[in-house]
Amino acid sequence: MFRNYRSDDRRDHDPSTLWIATGIGALLGVAAFSIYQAQTRNSVAYRPDDDAPLRVSRRQDSRLTVTGRTVTIDRPRSELYAFWRDFSNLPQVMENVRDVTGGADLSEWTIEGPAGRDVTLVTTVTEDLEGERIAWESTYESEIEHHGYVAFRDAPAGRGTEVTLELAYAAPGGTLGRWVAKALQAEPHLQARRDLKRLKMLMETGEIATNSNRRDAA
Amino acid sequence: MRALTWHGKHDVRVDTVPDPEIVNPRDAIIEVTSTAICGSDLHLYDGVIPGMLSGDILGHEFMGRVVDVGSKSTLKKGQRVVVPFTISCGSCFFCKNTQFSACDNTNPVEKQDITEALYGHSVSSLFGYSHLTGGYPGGQAEYVRVPFSDVGPIVIPDGLEDDDVLFLSDILPTGWQGAENADIKEGDTVAVWGCGPVGLFAVQSALAMGAARVIAIDEYPNRLALAKKLGAEVIDFKQTNVLEALTEMSGGFGPDAVIDAVGMESHGFAPDTVMDNIKQNVGMGADSAHALREAIMCVRKGGTVSIPGVYGGMLDKFPLGALMEKGVQVRSGQTHVQRYLPDLLRRIGEGELDTQYMISHRLPLEQAVEGYKNFRWNQNDWTKVVLKPGTQLN
Repeated sequence: MFRNYRSDDRRDHDPSTLWIATGIGALLGVAAFSIYQAQTRNSVAYRPDDDAPLRVSRRQDSRLTVTGRTVTIDRPRSELYAFWRDFSNLPQVMENVRDVTGGADLSEWTIEGPAGRDVTLVTTVTEDLEGERIAWESTYESEIEHHGYVAFRDAPAGRGTEVTLELAYAAPGGTLGRWVAKALQAEPHLQARRDLKRLKMLMETGEIATNSNRRDAA
Repeated sequence: MRALTWHGKHDVRVDTVPDPEIVNPRDAIIEVTSTAICGSDLHLYDGVIPGMLSGDILGHEFMGRVVDVGSKSTLKKGQRVVVPFTISCGSCFFCKNTQFSACDNTNPVEKQDITEALYGHSVSSLFGYSHLTGGYPGGQAEYVRVPFSDVGPIVIPDGLEDDDVLFLSDILPTGWQGAENADIKEGDTVAVWGCGPVGLFAVQSALAMGAARVIAIDEYPNRLALAKKLGAEVIDFKQTNVLEALTEMSGGFGPDAVIDAVGMESHGFAPDTVMDNIKQNVGMGADSAHALREAIMCVRKGGTVSIPGVYGGMLDKFPLGALMEKGVQVRSGQTHVQRYLPDLLRRIGEGELDTQYMISHRLPLEQAVEGYKNFRWNQNDWTKVVLKPGTQLN
């Protein structure tokens, strides 16, 4: 009898439920106020462009994604430029570039795309400053529309050369396609980062580091 | 070959795995004659370091004989070498500045993504450790592939036993760098948390660098006794309040320098330890740092905090106020092993530094599992375990 009475009472008017609800409500209120405070405190109406490169900006062009990376490589500019300018060298350091064919200006790149599908890019060199900069853009035959450049600058304090690779590309499938590519580790930002680091390893140490214990797995 | 492999928390096994071979031109293959279990292997054993994969070969303190060399290796077959636990290329900006553990070029690029996400920048690779630091197969094995063998290994002259020089691979230079980072001046009082192998070497190093007094803190009588034998005064944190004791023992100042040789699995019973352990157990936070928090509270105003102890992730309840208000400087880092090797080898050769006293157990590789168990759960008696591949079961 007594037990039944208690359980009914608890279901209808349990004071602890009310307290928990009040507590959660208060926490949510404090959280909401903190977010509001952080958003509105000293807010700025107009922000002039800063000195950081566009590829790290939070506001990006919605059609072309701009991405890239800079590494410092302790070798002279001329040597790095010469390695890059012969595009057939690049599969050594670019994991997903299977093959590069063509002449000095017009090249066809076979790229391992997401999910094992090969993608063909056709590019033409648009700018070639010896020891400084190589720029290119895709032709209409290319499966992915993009343009990009690689730049070589002397690093401060005799540290070698700062190498920047920047790409602007129309991600196949738009924003969704970009996320899928990222999940499959075939996204240009990640590839640019890895490719430049492999170039650095090869140029500075003469080999590309691997943790593999066996040649067939390396 | 036979090797000690990791399969999960408190699950290590001696397995048969493929022999290593020369992969890159600067590689060498070492036949391991001695390899130790390190305190930081226990962080892997306890599953608190992220980035481990089942089947990984552990071990980063090892030495042995060169049995094969790549075309660009400077080693010769038959040479006896100690191998630093940090893998360094010798030619990047950091190596050129002798910051070998910050090497840019030894961590495979695919492994660097997650390290950058977690630490902002990638660091050098380590043998037998997490894939955040390269995931290279380690030295608790019969053979090891040693990449960049022209930079790391140091050739050992005849006349020195394995057990004299084995600890050049990690713990001796780690204790030495811990003391060097403490910025010790003639006459200083230095406090060292943890009397494990790194803490003990830090005690020896601090005294060698001119500290007037070294005070060592632990709870295990055998480990405290070893510190005492080296010339340290000792505090058992289970019977004494460390902050009050250090203040009283240093004329009210607090120690000039403090060294945290404990790292991320601090176990002193305190409310912050309980909170840290709950977070470690549910995978929310990697580090338990009671010793470090206490060290910062204890150090004198304007003093130095040196952290050779290993940490892996994020920390809270950190006494940042004490750090700032007291004007304390903090120095840390994985050890730049190669920087210290010639000097430390000379000191061992001339009898200036004893290294064998801390070895409590020598076991065949086949008994490595027993070694891990006891080094973890019987810390009072098992102070340092050296494995000897090539010797038979007892």
